[in-house]
Amino acid sequence: MSFNGVDYYNIDDLFSEDELIVRRSVRDFVENEVLPVIEKHFRDGTFPEGLNRKMGEQGLYGITTSPDYGGVGANHTVYGLAMLELERGDSGVRSFASVQNSLVMYPIEAYGNEQSKRKWLPKLATGEAIGCFGLTEPDYGSDPGGMITNARKIGGGYLLNGAKMWITNGSVADVSVVWAKLDGTVHGFLVEKGTKGFSAPEMRGKYSLRASVTSELILNDVEVPEENILSIAGLKGPLSCLTKARYGIAWGAIGAAMAVYDSALEYSKSRIQFGKPIASFQLVQEKLVWMLNEITKAQLIAYRLGRLMDEGKATPQQVSLAKRNNVSIALEASRYAREIHGANGIISEYPIMRHSANLESVKTYEGTHDIHTLILGNDITGIQAFK
Amino acid sequence: MNILVCISRVPDTATKVVIGSDGNSIDSQGVKFIVNPYDELAIEEGLRLREKNGGVVTAVTIGTDKSTDVLRTALAMGVDKVILVKGEENPDSFYVAENLAAVAKDENPDLILLGRQSVDFDSLQIPSALGEILGMPSISVVSKLTIEDGKVTAERDIEGGCEIVEASLPCIISAQKGLNEPRYPKLPDIMKSRSKPIDQRDAAAAASRTSIIGMEIPLKQRAGKILTDSDDDINELVRMLHEDAKVI
Repeated sequence: MSFNGVDYYNIDDLFSEDELIVRRSVRDFVENEVLPVIEKHFRDGTFPEGLNRKMGEQGLYGITTSPDYGGVGANHTVYGLAMLELERGDSGVRSFASVQNSLVMYPIEAYGNEQSKRKWLPKLATGEAIGCFGLTEPDYGSDPGGMITNARKIGGGYLLNGAKMWITNGSVADVSVVWAKLDGTVHGFLVEKGTKGFSAPEMRGKYSLRASVTSELILNDVEVPEENILSIAGLKGPLSCLTKARYGIAWGAIGAAMAVYDSALEYSKSRIQFGKPIASFQLVQEKLVWMLNEITKAQLIAYRLGRLMDEGKATPQQVSLAKRNNVSIALEASRYAREIHGANGIISEYPIMRHSANLESVKTYEGTHDIHTLILGNDITGIQAFK
Repeated sequence: MNILVCISRVPDTATKVVIGSDGNSIDSQGVKFIVNPYDELAIEEGLRLREKNGGVVTAVTIGTDKSTDVLRTALAMGVDKVILVKGEENPDSFYVAENLAAVAKDENPDLILLGRQSVDFDSLQIPSALGEILGMPSISVVSKLTIEDGKVTAERDIEGGCEIVEASLPCIISAQKGLNEPRYPKLPDIMKSRSKPIDQRDAAAAASRTSIIGMEIPLKQRAGKILTDSDDDINELVRMLHEDAKVI
């Protein structure tokens, strides 16, 4: 039986016709292009070959970017729905699209000069060019302000030195948005693949997001021209990108939660123990209802946040709440689904363990669950707990 | 080539259908509606023929104000224009065919494409009825279509084989699985289609010739049970045949 989403509260009535058409088209895309190949790539630790260009062709990059630069020009709800469906496929595939959309195309459109926008955005929109976002460092994760990577003004441009870690798509990127301190203040720089002194070795050994490329970025006296600096100073530059990406993750996680819920519901109705389906046992029903309940709440949070984003009213703290809640419940749902599937929950015939392993990363990246807790704690008490 | 594609709006095949309180209609509360999957094949074939030969593809549906969603999907897939004929809420096949014929007379298409059937009521009557009303050749359940110099060659799936049929344009083709693989709309095309107009028309004077007097959900399919060749299972099989099925 084909996947029909979860809509216990008739939330679909709140979406416009074109938003629903987008969802269906991305759902079909995932059904045809992602699900048939994802288990193999997850096992092999590779990103599905050719999928990048297919996503580009489908219009899954630059969703909120202006059509003047090759983007789709859609609203944040469309972006969210697309991320949800992609993550129903796999968090690694959704991560690829999140990075391209929110962490590369967004800063280039918002802070790049006209030349950079013309040069990169149309190619990034089609997938002809891939981008990555270098903020996190080996020793600076939750505390990016402490970064060691630095820029120095030289004749005609800047000289970058330092190292980044945990960078999605680093090794395959044609352009890297690298954040570095210039005279003690964080600035963004566009670093092109092949620039002398710049390398991006792939990190190996992940048990999570295995269908996604994760890399280090090494910058050893890398010269970038004057025009490659972004027009934003301070941590608010990278944080504004992360707000966009976290928003997409808040939607995406619902997709993973729906995938494991859908599988658990079907499995529980067909798995017979003690002469009846396990769905007839109260303990199983409790788990299924917990998942349904949390998915419904997550959907309402995401829906409302999307409309706030479009109205320009969403605060980064509201995005933190959505990311924190939705990823957390998705991970919890994957664990319940694993229990309902019994031993079958750990094999690749079912998507449970893959989603569960992926969501461990999603809970940590883009602001850990705990850091979002402290961002919210700060917001409601006025007292910052992490400094 | 002027191509008219007739589409219908049906409950999503994954939807659990519930009969309304009147006992003779489907309760649409919470039901997701989609373009009839066979009609997607018809749209795709129309688009491919246009891409090859040029021309215009028009999609039409006989429906109500709610039916704009399937027309928007057709626009997003790439049809050039769409027509909504607003008519009865629950029309029968004759009513739909009469109204499609009225649109065809206005639009004067070289080719009319439809799905082989709508997956909601499965009457399979409309392509043939339309051919009859318009006096056009109608080829049903087509899985391969070639059009050259006004000559249509269609392959039809028949029991245990395939039948090859020829006709001349204008003609009516109903699409079967295998005809093509329908595209899914791309996000930029979905956004662009939002601003395209929907040509809304009133239904032609026609009335349904049949009426539905009742609907029933099929009896729940019994769950299968897999037994092995162990002695216990063989005993269980005998017991089931004797006690449950009461056949031995």
